[in-house]
Amino acid sequence: MSTPKTPGSAAGGLRTTDRLAAGLLWLVALPTVLVAAWWFGSASSDNYINPPLADVVAAFVPTWFGEPGTPFADSRVAVDIVPSVLRLMAGYAVALVGGIAAGVLIGSSRALRAFVEPVLEFFRAVPPPILVPVLMLFLGIGDTMKVVVIAFGCVWPILLNTVEGVRALDPVLRDTARIYRLGPWARVRKLVLPGASPQIVTGARQALSIGIILMVIGEMFAARDGLGFSIVQFQRSFAIPEMWGGVVVLGLLGLLLSLTFRVASDAILAWYHGYQRAQRGGA
Amino acid sequence: MTSPVVENPSVMLGVHGLNKVYTGRGEPVEAIADLSFEISAGELVCVVGPSGAGKTTLLRCLAGLLPATAGDVRLAGQAVSDPPTGMAVVFQEYGRSLFPWLTVAQNVELPLREKGLPKARRKELVRETLEAVGLGDATASYPWQLSGGMQQRVAIARAAAYEPQVLLMDEPFAAVDAQTRFDLEDLVRSLWSRLGVTVVFVTHDIDEAIYLGERVLVLSGRPTVLLEDVRVGLGDDRSQLETRATPEFTRLRTHVYELVQAAKRGARSVTDAHLTH
Repeated sequence: MSTPKTPGSAAGGLRTTDRLAAGLLWLVALPTVLVAAWWFGSASSDNYINPPLADVVAAFVPTWFGEPGTPFADSRVAVDIVPSVLRLMAGYAVALVGGIAAGVLIGSSRALRAFVEPVLEFFRAVPPPILVPVLMLFLGIGDTMKVVVIAFGCVWPILLNTVEGVRALDPVLRDTARIYRLGPWARVRKLVLPGASPQIVTGARQALSIGIILMVIGEMFAARDGLGFSIVQFQRSFAIPEMWGGVVVLGLLGLLLSLTFRVASDAILAWYHGYQRAQRGGA
Repeated sequence: MTSPVVENPSVMLGVHGLNKVYTGRGEPVEAIADLSFEISAGELVCVVGPSGAGKTTLLRCLAGLLPATAGDVRLAGQAVSDPPTGMAVVFQEYGRSLFPWLTVAQNVELPLREKGLPKARRKELVRETLEAVGLGDATASYPWQLSGGMQQRVAIARAAAYEPQVLLMDEPFAAVDAQTRFDLEDLVRSLWSRLGVTVVFVTHDIDEAIYLGERVLVLSGRPTVLLEDVRVGLGDDRSQLETRATPEFTRLRTHVYELVQAAKRGARSVTDAHLTH
């Protein structure tokens, strides 16, 4: 039993607060320095490519949320960011479902693996951005094309990592599942998917950053809306502070997505982290 | 399907002319030459032999995890080709046979779910068996939070909750420390006498085999044949201190020890073994 916390441990409480504050300071220190460097470094700039950060900040809210009084539905957040994120989510979801399903099948069968491996290696080697002009011919420049490009780029790391994860399943666990006569569906849900989940999460993490890149590239080629589209528009119309603002929005979006991903994967892999700590602790 | 062999109805597990040859890359390796024995319902039989005697191969054939090259294994008269219903296995590698993403209770419950037991019965069995192995308060832990001996208790509870006709155990205590091993041996004895299950216990530990078994099957080295089927007359009530100190225990220990030593030298029958007594 752990000793209960007593009011007497207030000093300890204070210490944890201190430690939290120090941690937070450590976390924001570098970003603060970088922003400050940008701010002061650009303050007296009259180079139009490198406008003062003050101008970028001043343009930020009007650009993305509109002049005061603009309804949200007409702001760039709703018109450009939301469609971008929705396409990313759709493509990513397709890649997750398809990659995991195909990965489980391929990973479970040696014969199937030998059969499809050369083709997989080929498709994986094709840089996904090259598909944008190709798919435009078939699918036009609409949402379908962009979602397909994202899905195609994201599916490979997920698929290949799932295959590896399924192959690496412990043979003793496989035997256990056979002995207790787990049906095919229970095998997948209780043995294969959780057993391969560490590798699946690794693949999904790689896929997410690929997805963000492809989201932007798809919109830079040909689009009517979206973040990539907006940034290119700003650049072409020499709206440089707005363009920089777009780059910042992209960075923040990527940060938000990876934080969300980390929260989700920590929840899924809680058992795995504990298991690994136990292994390292040595018994 | 072959028709069931007419055999004594009290035979739970029948092995007839079992032969296993591994044919991988390179030379085929004959692991089991020819094994025949029968185990009655409710017996506790131990299998010993020198290392590399094909003990694990035999157990995997009994479990239906490995197809026999020739001969057959029958569980209650039915030929075993895949893991049959009514059979549970406790593996040596406790840390790898429990699902690390499931809690202790979920590990025990999973096979019961697959068996289609109603929820109330599952909960009851999980609680009962975990209490019986002394883990009534660890149900919500994950296996890797427990010590090795406790993990093996979970695996035993999972097997017991499954209510098998036959329980196979493959060197289950080889990787736990000596004191824990004594406790676990007594646990196996008590579960066996309480549940009336047929137990086949494979071990390399001669003392363990004699202490636990009603019979000890002594195997030769590869390719494996049965050296001797030794009856153990130590009675039903056994205790680590007293049973191991009886003259009968010592006699059996010497006998089986000499057989295993002879097996290591390549003896393939009791006459080959040139026993000293």
